[in-house]
Amino acid sequence: MPIRKVYENSIEFVQVMDEQGVIDERLGKDLLSDEQITFLYEKMVEYRRLDEIAFTLQRSGRMYTYPQNKGQEAAALGSGFALRKGVDWLVPCYRENGALFLHGLPPELIFLHWMGDERGNAIPAGVNVTPIAIPIGTQMLHATGMAWAFKQRKEDRVVCTYFGDGATSEGDFHEAMNFATTFKVPCIFFCQNNQWAISVPREQQMASETVAQKGFAYGARSIQVDGNDLLAVYKVTLEARERARAGEGPTIIEAVTYRLGDHTTADDARRYRDSEEVAAWAQKDPMIRLRKYLEGKGLWNDAKQQVVEDRAKAFCSEIVKKSEGIAKPDVNDMFDYLYAEMPEELRRQKETLRTHSLGQDPSQAGLRSSAASAR
Amino acid sequence: MPQMTLVQAINNALDTEMARDERVVCLGEDVGLNGGVFRVTEGLQKKYGPDRVIDTPLSESGIMGSSIGLAMAGQRPIPEIQFEGFMGPAYDQLVNHAARFRNRTRGAITVPLTVRVPWGGGIHAPEFHSDSPEAIYVHNPGLKVLCPCTPYDAKGMLLSAIRDPDPVIFFEPKRVYRSFREEVPEGDYTVPIGKAKVVAEGTDVTVISWGAMVFQCLEALDGLPEDLSVELIDLRTIHPLDFDTICESVTKTGRAVIVQEAPKTCSMASELSAILMEKCFLHLQAPVQRVCGFDTVMPYAKLELQYLPDAPRIAEAIKQVVAY
Repeated sequence: MPIRKVYENSIEFVQVMDEQGVIDERLGKDLLSDEQITFLYEKMVEYRRLDEIAFTLQRSGRMYTYPQNKGQEAAALGSGFALRKGVDWLVPCYRENGALFLHGLPPELIFLHWMGDERGNAIPAGVNVTPIAIPIGTQMLHATGMAWAFKQRKEDRVVCTYFGDGATSEGDFHEAMNFATTFKVPCIFFCQNNQWAISVPREQQMASETVAQKGFAYGARSIQVDGNDLLAVYKVTLEARERARAGEGPTIIEAVTYRLGDHTTADDARRYRDSEEVAAWAQKDPMIRLRKYLEGKGLWNDAKQQVVEDRAKAFCSEIVKKSEGIAKPDVNDMFDYLYAEMPEELRRQKETLRTHSLGQDPSQAGLRSSAASAR
Repeated sequence: MPQMTLVQAINNALDTEMARDERVVCLGEDVGLNGGVFRVTEGLQKKYGPDRVIDTPLSESGIMGSSIGLAMAGQRPIPEIQFEGFMGPAYDQLVNHAARFRNRTRGAITVPLTVRVPWGGGIHAPEFHSDSPEAIYVHNPGLKVLCPCTPYDAKGMLLSAIRDPDPVIFFEPKRVYRSFREEVPEGDYTVPIGKAKVVAEGTDVTVISWGAMVFQCLEALDGLPEDLSVELIDLRTIHPLDFDTICESVTKTGRAVIVQEAPKTCSMASELSAILMEKCFLHLQAPVQRVCGFDTVMPYAKLELQYLPDAPRIAEAIKQVVAY
């Protein structure tokens, strides 16, 4: 046979709970208990509120820039809940706050970061989260390397890295996928395909029909999931985690979701996208279907919602208080953490707060007068 | 004590540390089975296995970025970038990530890695295989930049680099790889980071250099009049700089010539000139002179020896600065 097929594959799309809050009996069986679903719904309400508060803080000049997470909470919480707190590691971008909070990251640190304070990245020991990554796509290689280290040391840990659809155009995505699959490291590549990379829509970002299929090029297990379906996200992440633990290598998960807000507070998405599109996706808000499910089960009502809303409000004021209550960093802060041991020149700059040396540098002291008298 | 070339001394340092610390892993293009294109890692994969001496995909950002992850998670990676001309794709990972993690996390996450880079010209290599980009990495805060040029120093400084808690770039002058041998102890010893070495003591003029150019300077010194007393300093580390050794010398001699392979403009030589201006101004008897590569791209092999400073050019500058 002169021509034969040497490769064939296809992408599966997974949905467990539809937009009406109805769970597929087979896929949803024994996946999450109603207590767990309720817990995650309540977290979603809290974190949505926190997201809105951050936006308001920025608008009133109390935060410099903030990228809203609104609409993508199921992707963050579903995946985060599938990973083992204190064991697995999260290597995030900046639109999965919920996952980080689930893993113990104090929310005020995220606020501090966006208020322009490096102390927001000083992640407490025991919280297995790396700081949010601003340049697009670079963190996927760090995740790969970390997973590689755990494999080398035979530690039972999985690393999950988050990124957007736009990041899959970066070279580092491809280099990370290639390393991770070639060395079969326990790493999950979790893409939040929110359809927009600032103003560039997904169709203009890539010609491939799905993000997930890019994983096939590297020999990764590749799957697409309804990113607004908490249960489906949980399910595929759990499977990816177990696969990684079993030594079967990386999975790329494409969570199909939507950025309901602007890219950041410095952006105005009305300049480049239709309000109908946003409105249509707003109907698929992950919170709506979860609430419908809980109501259908008789587990939720307006009174309960009010209790959670009130609690979220209190939680948010606490976070605002914590992040705004901290004194501005000392100017020494700029110098103190660059190296384990401060180089001499840096110490001089720190001590004098000058880069010019005359009159500041003790080695120059007295030189001029003695030189003048010698003349 | 065995006699070793620079290549053998670096290999011996890697061997020493891999035996001592199981967190140490070497990774890069062709470093395993092939022992590296310059054979610097020869025999290490056989001894320590393919999980510790790793042939990676051809992917510099991948090598650097995954090494950062390895270091963040507690390993001691030693990535190799095959030639300095290929550092471009790794630049973002080095400068924006390796160099910044400690600072941006207030010390919560650190990146103790040592990237080894065969560096510089003079071996008739193809284009993009002979550059001297060291100043770029000195300019960017957060990295340490080492460039020892003797087998003894290279082994001792590589051991210091691997044990350093911060990211280090370890530039290896290719031209010196096999140019001579010297006694190098088999066992464990370190040479400190950030300390220059006075190669020749003198009182009339200070010559400051690093890397392969140190040997061009020595050759230049040989041809100078015997009554001219030249102090030659091998910086060995260009970041952090050894201000004391440099300034003491120039304070004593009042004259300085800086010799480097890299292009002149915005280079280490520029920085050193400014430092001497700031710290030794009233001791200077003549303007500081820079003998550098030209502000051109590194020419192909046929012209490289005319591009690189050589003994006559260095000697001429020394004579001029003394006669000023």
